Amino acid sequence: MGIDLPLIWFLIIGFSVMMYVIMDGFDLGIGILFPFIPGREDRDTMVNTVAPVWDGNETWLVLGGAGLMAAFPLAYAVLLSALYIPALCFLAGLIWRGVSFEFRFKADEAHKPFWDKAFMAGSFVATFFQGVMLGAFLEGHQVVDGVAVGHVMSWLTPFSLFTGVGLVIAYALLGATWLILKTEGDLQHRVIRMTRPILLSTLAVIAAVSAWTPLAHPAIAARWFAVPDFLFFAPVPLLVLVAAWAMLRSLKGTPHAVPFVGALALMFLGYSGLVISIWPNILPPEISIRDAAAPPQTLGFALVGALLIIPVILAYTAWSYYVFRGKVKAGEGYH
Amino acid sequence: MFGLTALELARIQFGFTISFHIIFPAITIGLAAFLAVLEGMWLWKKDDAYLELYHFWSRIFAVNFAMGVVSGLVMAYQFGTNWSFYSQFAGSITGPLLAYEVLTAFFLEAGFLGVMLFGWNKVGRGLHFFATLMVALGTLISATWILASNSWMQTPQGHEVINNVVVPVDWIAVIFNPSFPYRLAHMVTAAMLATALFVGASGAWHLLRGSRHRAVKRMFSMALWMVLFTTPLQIFIGDLHGLNTLEHQPAKIAAVEGHWENIPGQGVPLILFGIPDMDAETTRYKVEIPNLGSLILTHSLDGHFPGLKEFAAEDRPNSLIVFWAFRIMVGLGMLMLLLGLYGAWARWRHRLYESPALARFALWMGPSGLIAILAGWYVTEIGRQPWVVYGLMRTEDAVSNHSALTLSVGLVVLVVMYLAIFGMGIAYVLKLVRQGPAALGGDIAAHGPSINQKPARPLSAADAVLPPTTDAQ
Repeated sequence: MGIDLPLIWFLIIGFSVMMYVIMDGFDLGIGILFPFIPGREDRDTMVNTVAPVWDGNETWLVLGGAGLMAAFPLAYAVLLSALYIPALCFLAGLIWRGVSFEFRFKADEAHKPFWDKAFMAGSFVATFFQGVMLGAFLEGHQVVDGVAVGHVMSWLTPFSLFTGVGLVIAYALLGATWLILKTEGDLQHRVIRMTRPILLSTLAVIAAVSAWTPLAHPAIAARWFAVPDFLFFAPVPLLVLVAAWAMLRSLKGTPHAVPFVGALALMFLGYSGLVISIWPNILPPEISIRDAAAPPQTLGFALVGALLIIPVILAYTAWSYYVFRGKVKAGEGYH
Repeated sequence: MFGLTALELARIQFGFTISFHIIFPAITIGLAAFLAVLEGMWLWKKDDAYLELYHFWSRIFAVNFAMGVVSGLVMAYQFGTNWSFYSQFAGSITGPLLAYEVLTAFFLEAGFLGVMLFGWNKVGRGLHFFATLMVALGTLISATWILASNSWMQTPQGHEVINNVVVPVDWIAVIFNPSFPYRLAHMVTAAMLATALFVGASGAWHLLRGSRHRAVKRMFSMALWMVLFTTPLQIFIGDLHGLNTLEHQPAKIAAVEGHWENIPGQGVPLILFGIPDMDAETTRYKVEIPNLGSLILTHSLDGHFPGLKEFAAEDRPNSLIVFWAFRIMVGLGMLMLLLGLYGAWARWRHRLYESPALARFALWMGPSGLIAILAGWYVTEIGRQPWVVYGLMRTEDAVSNHSALTLSVGLVVLVVMYLAIFGMGIAYVLKLVRQGPAALGGDIAAHGPSINQKPARPLSAADAVLPPTTDAQ
């Protein structure tokens, strides 16, 4: 067959995970910002900006997982097994966060503060351990007989803890800029004021990861700094600076969409940088997408569905966002 | 933990998380269809009782759906964390089936759920109805893929094993494997029936409290129609499913029947009650009906079917659990049949809303559908043991190589969390049920005396099934 199935699946899974990172990123970011916005009514407004769409946002994560299992079963099995503890914590965080969406509206009055805390803590824990898993994934796994070498806590390293914290900051930025887009008045102005320090912290995280990974992994350094590849990749850091500049400028006034678009650009660029760093591996440092690929009968069958259905999904997801377009007003919304 | 091996702990974790999970999608499947019917009836008949019921049940649907989503997320990743050798072996079949479920069902549900729950004032009536239909369709598509995946593990075909990895060669054969149509029909019908019983119990609770609100009467009536017609259908499908299992997984049927060996020239009795003993290879304290086992399973009075002794000891499922789980399921099914008939009789006598005995019966039967679903899944899943993919891979070869300590920690975390979260979630659902349709407030007094004749008397039955929210938490 002339089609490079593992490559296409790598791109589909990469796309799903990116959609998840961006879309659930702002959902989780809202929970991360909860401690800084204590008012009950403001918090209701914040949650209402994502209540109709969060479930769809999270579904991209399930597609990433199912796609990985289908297309690269070895990577799925080894990675999740090696990351048993952080994966469990991540899922636990998502459970608390997910049910809190409904429970904080349906609970008895006396219980509501508890579900606010659960929403907050769930968002923090889910994001932090997602970042930890990302860090551990980048650091790589040696695989022998279908099992990652190491012990149950091998994922716990300074780098993975740093990427955990880094992702909390990045999602806070997505959450804050989403709120700038979706809210107005006093709440919006408070969020605008806190966005600048979050943005600067995000840039620091991006810079630190960009320096740390090539220093710690010669293969990543070789990928980025070899000529002529370096010239192709050079726009990535340059575009980061352009996006950051546009965001900082807009934050001086009362912006609407510019910070959110800028944050999306930052996430996309950071994500692209990571993909460039690991390519062509699905399980760094040495299992490539071809080593881990499922049989072509599997890849081909699943591909038909993915290519036909993902555009339809994008269409009705866009329609759903369109239905709930515009600013969310206080007290508006719950069914 | 408690001297359990890593394999046993991983199995307990899977059993625990899937048992909690399946409750929510079962109700989701049933309620989504119910909501679609309610909204359709309202648009067609312009009768506001349907609209009141729609809004009432959509709030409950929302809470239930959220619990289904988050508990399902764990399932999607547990294959990798706990069953990594299964994933490496059969991910090439399970993976695409799950991916299709996500693509064709989860996104459809999630995409239209927002409009269904939050979009009442944002889109027109027709478009809103369309959203409800898409959510209901999504739940059915979801059931189709996941049951194809499970059924392939029960009755695998359409594959080859190459280099110790399953390679699909015929996807139609994989999906439409022998047990799939029966399992799909049995589970979807079970979901509808379980939801009808839950809705009926909710109506019964308000009837017992003295409400004769049109929405209460309507939901009680609709639920009992559903129970009347769906239960016999379900028993018929279940019988076909059993015959199919006898053909493809005879050891499971032998365990279900507690049947150890055939006696030449004699039919197989049906053991009503007994204690299967795996070590002694016999079923103790049997109460049996001669030849009925043969009649049910071979449709002849002296037909034979394999007994457990025909299978090597290491290939036998645990008959004690499977035998009893099956009897719980069937026993509840018989009670459902009785409830449907009782309801029909009361309706014919024009006492559908005025019979406290019927209302109490319906109330107690509220959780019976869900219990029967769990029992049925225990039969089919424990009955498949010791295989994870029947005849192809043993469960002990599928499990990740975690230590018992790691798995104990994970299990404790999950158990504590699930009991807390889903315990409170279920309490919130019951609270919403207790509040009743929005228009119900203050309505009770306007509709005459209670069928209990003593409206002030605490309802012990009701209190037991539906704990008051204040002290339930």
